[in-house]
Amino acid sequence: MACFIACAAEAAITTIVTKIVEKKEKEQKDLQVSFDGEKVESAAKIPFSRKLKWLNRMLWGGSALLMFEHIWHGEVIPYFPFLTAAANPEDASQMLREMATVGVSMAVLVTLVWLGIVGITSLIEKRAVKEAKENAANEN
Amino acid sequence: MTLLISVFAAIICTVIWYKGAPKSEMKVGILCWMFWGSSLMWLVDAIFEYAELGAEYFTPAPADMLNDLFLGLSVVALGLIIWLVILLIKDPKGVVKAALFKKKN
Repeated sequence: MACFIACAAEAAITTIVTKIVEKKEKEQKDLQVSFDGEKVESAAKIPFSRKLKWLNRMLWGGSALLMFEHIWHGEVIPYFPFLTAAANPEDASQMLREMATVGVSMAVLVTLVWLGIVGITSLIEKRAVKEAKENAANEN
Repeated sequence: MTLLISVFAAIICTVIWYKGAPKSEMKVGILCWMFWGSSLMWLVDAIFEYAELGAEYFTPAPADMLNDLFLGLSVVALGLIIWLVILLIKDPKGVVKAALFKKKN
């Protein structure tokens, strides 16, 4: 009925968080990998704000397409009250229940998948740093 | 059907993105995130529907299937339009800018 609203709400919050994180990360710092005190390799670490943008895109994109589906089914209308279910209390309570179950589950699943992607990315980054260290050690 | 079309769109976009990576001149990544996001959301929707209907979920009426097919294709079209608008606004190759500020001889 309006399950996409839960994801859109999360997207709004994560977008604000991204802006705050971006401000803090004004200068992207290169991760310097040193060996025996000498700088031998450098690798750019993916800023957290960029990783947050992945989540934003999934949430905003998904919410936009789901909203279209709700328009298709006549559940979202372009005039007040915008949600057909909001017109009477019975439908409104069902809509809220759906938002709390389906909507929240959608937001949780998208966030979990994003966490998985971030985890894998971190592992790849760590492996790259390790390889850089090994390369530097072999050169010395 | 909508879920299936969305998943296929996400897979195709990811393959196209991977082929062009690490360059992202066409901003295909945006499409990937958008379709994967919607696919995950529709997956949850499908799970809840399956919990309610059981095996009946897998045998929809032909009319419903056709409607879902149209919806899925429309969703892909909308996704592509959103991507196109972002691409033209961000203009990573500077094509729009070059066309707009082209000097007349």
